[in-house]
Amino acid sequence: MRSFLSPVLALLWKDVVLELRTKDIVVSVLLFSLLVIVIFNFAIDPTPQRVAVVAPGILWVAFIFGGVLGLTRSFALEKEHGNLQGLLLTPVGRDAIFFGKMLGIFVFMSVVEAITYPIFAVMFNLSLTVVPELIPVALLATLGIATVGTVFSAMAVNTRSREVMLPLLFLPVVIPVIVGAVEATGVVIRGEGGSDLVRWIPLLAAFDAVFLVVCPFAFNMVVEE
Amino acid sequence: MSTFTESPAAPSEVRPRAPAIEIKGLTKSFGRTPVLRNLDLQIRWNEVLTVLGPNGSGKTTLIKILATLTKPDSGDIHIAGLDVARSGQGVRRLIGVVTHDPLMYDDLTAYENLRFTARMFGLDRHGERIEAVAERMGVAARLHQRVGTLSHGLKKRFSIAKALLPDPYILLMDEPESGLDQEALAILEDIVSNGFGRAHTVLMTTHNLERGLALGHRTAILVGGRIAYEGTLEVDGASTVRDAYFEYVGRYTGANPT
Repeated sequence: MRSFLSPVLALLWKDVVLELRTKDIVVSVLLFSLLVIVIFNFAIDPTPQRVAVVAPGILWVAFIFGGVLGLTRSFALEKEHGNLQGLLLTPVGRDAIFFGKMLGIFVFMSVVEAITYPIFAVMFNLSLTVVPELIPVALLATLGIATVGTVFSAMAVNTRSREVMLPLLFLPVVIPVIVGAVEATGVVIRGEGGSDLVRWIPLLAAFDAVFLVVCPFAFNMVVEE
Repeated sequence: MSTFTESPAAPSEVRPRAPAIEIKGLTKSFGRTPVLRNLDLQIRWNEVLTVLGPNGSGKTTLIKILATLTKPDSGDIHIAGLDVARSGQGVRRLIGVVTHDPLMYDDLTAYENLRFTARMFGLDRHGERIEAVAERMGVAARLHQRVGTLSHGLKKRFSIAKALLPDPYILLMDEPESGLDQEALAILEDIVSNGFGRAHTVLMTTHNLERGLALGHRTAILVGGRIAYEGTLEVDGASTVRDAYFEYVGRYTGANPT
């Protein structure tokens, strides 16, 4: 277990240190997510009735499209100067490389979501008291997005038009997670909670479980020339 | 130059009598373009093989296949008795690889890059090891400088230090001399000739005929994905190897052999 965890944590450490120095991913994803929220705030008249219906969708549109930017950048960094080859030359399983990269994306997206939601709540006049209920929804959805996104960003980075290819490949596959996240967030924001939330959270967890099993194998095939 | 023996440096976890590198019938194409054609090659422990050849002859592809970065279309490849296709992780534990690219992150310091590599290889006491390889490559004073601020030559020195860091048994070096100054070239030649740590077996590609002759126990000339010539300086003599180089490489590139 230690031999698996050690390279995973080393990769996470490397990505966090690089991000603290360059601020490439978190800043660009955060700014993009905030811009989406501001645009929607102007585009619709945010009455309480309308907000209750559209706010979850707006929030996850901001997160998912911001996440695509972060995913593109995460593997572009590995492509520069052949660093992905450097990773593949180490005697660790490709699955350890997958989980190391996936955890980095998960952490960066979680940071962006933690900063974005309070601003979103203020702009759309939503309560901050729902945050504890939103946390498991956000964590499960972000885990699914990061897991699928890691495979497709590794695939897209080798294509000529990776900025276009990544969303085209990634978004259709991650739709079940987005639907689950939007529905569960809606339940929390409208204060319905209870059985409705209990229905969506296991569904998100099930998608994550499937992706966590399938994606490391897919990643292995993607990075082999 | 060290003399080669049966397998004194062979790691205990692999077949002790197996050659360091054994390639049989290696074929690789990219699309419809054949790059390596039915290539056979063997390297003994403690042997230095220099591979010469013009651009596009398949030298880099050969190194990438041995380094488990690229899959061959067909052929059997064993490193220290381990099947490269099936035991990639085991093979990567035994080899140090120098490629054209430095394989380092610009926004980390050289020390941080090497520490990251050490952690990926699960090395103990990596601080001492990092100091040792940086000292050997003459870059200890630059360890705490960000890689992005280093010159191409210094990056290349660190990339060789990185290949040496896990104390590999076999060095696979793809034109390692490019970008190196005279001091670094002398260090590289000393490492290839006398070894460093456990690394006394080397497969090195180069465009420099004289360096290839000086460093290699054996020289192979790769042309169009095939070994056009394979011989030793001791048996064939320098003029025969030079003639072969000019015949195959000169003819292939259209250069004047005289």
